[in-house]
Amino acid sequence: MQQILTILTNKPLTSSVYEMTLSGNTDKITGPGQFVNFKLLGLYLRRPLSICDYGKNYLKVIYKVVGKGTEQMSKMLPGEQLDVLLGLGNGYDLTVDTKKPILLGGGVGTPPMYNLCKKLKELGKSVTVILGFNTKEEVFYEEEFKQIVDKVIIKTADGSYGEKGFVTSDFSHEYDYVFTCGPEPMLKAVYNTTTTSGQYSFEERMGCGFGACMGCTCKTKYGNKRICKDGPVLVKEEIIW
Amino acid sequence: MVDLKVNLAGLVLDNPIVPASGTFGYGEEFASLYDINILGSFSFKGTTAQERFGNPTPRIADCANGMLNSVGLQNPGVDYVCNTIMPKMKTYFNKPVVANIGGFSIEEYCECAKKVSECEQVGIVELNVSCPNVHGGGMGFGTDAKLVYNVTSAVKQNCKKPLFVKLTPNVTDIKSIAKACEDAGANGVTLINTMLGMRINLNTRKPILAMRAGGYSGKAVFPVAIRMINDVYNTIKLPIMGCGGVETAEDVIEMMLAGATAVQVGSANLINPFVCKEIIQDLPIVCKKYKIKKLSDIIGGVNG
Repeated sequence: MQQILTILTNKPLTSSVYEMTLSGNTDKITGPGQFVNFKLLGLYLRRPLSICDYGKNYLKVIYKVVGKGTEQMSKMLPGEQLDVLLGLGNGYDLTVDTKKPILLGGGVGTPPMYNLCKKLKELGKSVTVILGFNTKEEVFYEEEFKQIVDKVIIKTADGSYGEKGFVTSDFSHEYDYVFTCGPEPMLKAVYNTTTTSGQYSFEERMGCGFGACMGCTCKTKYGNKRICKDGPVLVKEEIIW
Repeated sequence: MVDLKVNLAGLVLDNPIVPASGTFGYGEEFASLYDINILGSFSFKGTTAQERFGNPTPRIADCANGMLNSVGLQNPGVDYVCNTIMPKMKTYFNKPVVANIGGFSIEEYCECAKKVSECEQVGIVELNVSCPNVHGGGMGFGTDAKLVYNVTSAVKQNCKKPLFVKLTPNVTDIKSIAKACEDAGANGVTLINTMLGMRINLNTRKPILAMRAGGYSGKAVFPVAIRMINDVYNTIKLPIMGCGGVETAEDVIEMMLAGATAVQVGSANLINPFVCKEIIQDLPIVCKKYKIKKLSDIIGGVNG
C-alpha cells in the first residue's frame, strides 16, 4: 500500500489546476474511482487525491491548488519523490449492467472520470461524458476525453465556453446508468435529475484514508460508511437525500 | 539479544508497543497490511453500551505536528463487539487485547466493563474517562478526582480483568486524578488522552471541526505526555501505559524512562500504517545503542 513514487511531470492545466504524473509501483490500485494519499513535507496528515489515470508503474493525478498541501505539490519538480499510500477506497464498480452509461464530472471532480471512461470504453460501452466548469478559463481535459469517446459535452455555468448551464441542465441524454464525481451540490442535482441507478463519488475530510480513524463516516441507508474505506463511491440507492 | 518483554499488571507483553484506542479500529484494517501479532497488544476502538454514530463531520483538522479529532466515540456498541467482532478478531490476532470502553453514566461504564471483561481475549480493560468529544460523560468524569474515584471503584466491581483508567491531560493536577484511580483499586493508568484544541478556517471564519473543538494529538504533545507520565510515576505505584506523540523507538525509550511500562502509539498509525511494525523492528537496535539489555529495567529510570 505504501510506495515511494517519482514525479515524471508536473504542469498547470489552468491557472490553478495542475496535472502530475508519477512512476513507481502502482500494483495496489485496483480500479478507477480509487484515491491515493500523499505525505507532504511539513504537513502532519496525508493529503488524499483522486486517481485520474493509472497503469503499470504509472499514476496521474489532477489537483487544484487550494491550500498548503496542493501549493507545495504545484512547486515540485520532475525527479522529486513522494511517499504515497495507493489503492485506497472502493472505486467504481464496473460490473454493473449498463450499455449506455453517462459520466458526469464537475470541476476537479472531472479527473476520476478519465480512467473510468477508458475502462468503460474498453468494456464496449457506449459512453456519454458531460463535464461542468464555472467558466472557460477553468475548462481542462476536453481533448483528452474526446480522444477516447465521441460524445463529450462541455458545460460552463456562465456560458463562456461550450453549452451554458450545469451538467444537469437541459438533461435529455440517452443513458441507462450514471457515474458521477463533483462537489456535493452537483451530486445532489445529479441525484434529483437522473432517473436511473448510479454511482456517486463523495469527498470528506479524512484522517488516515484507510478506515482506521472513523474521521470521515457518513450515514447511508445501508448503515454507517467510512468515505475512505467503504466509499468514496456510494450507489444511488443507499444515499440519504 | 535484547529482552523487550514487559509485565503490565500481570499481563506479560512481548514488547511494550500497543497501538492506541481510536487509531487502530478493531485491528482488522492493519491485519491486512502486516501480521499484527508482532505487537505487544492493541487497544481497540472506544466501545460504549449502545451503538454510536459519533459527531457530525468534519471530524478531523490538520495542525502543525499534530491533528484534531472530534470523532465522538463512533462504535457499533458493546454487544456487537463481544458477539461479532471478538470471535472474528481471533482469526487475525492471537494475543490478549486491551478493551477500551467509554460511557455517559457509571451504570453504562459498568455494563460495558462487565461484558468486555467476560470476553476471553480481553487481557486488560481500559476505562476512558477522558474523551473530550462527548458531552455529558467522558472528560466530565476524568477532570474531577472524586468522580474518577467513584466511576473507577464501581467499574472495578464489575470488571473481571485488570482495569486501567485512561486519563485526560486537560486538568490542573494530574497527580490527584492518578491517586484517585489508585485509591479506587485500578490496576494501572493510561496517559495522556488528547488535549482540547480548535482551528478556524480563514476563508469562512468558521471552526474547521463541526463540533468547534476537538482533541489534539500527534508529535507535538509528546513532551506534555512525558512530563505527565513522570509526574504520575512519581506519585503512584501502578503501572502506566504511556501515550502521546510517539513515532520512533527512541520516543518509546524516552517514555519508558519517564515511567511508562507499555507505550501506546496513536496518531502516527494514521499517517504511517506500518509505524508500529517499524518501531518494533528498530527497538532492539536502539536498545543496543543505549546499552539496554532488558527494556523493563529502564522504566522510570530518568535521573534526577
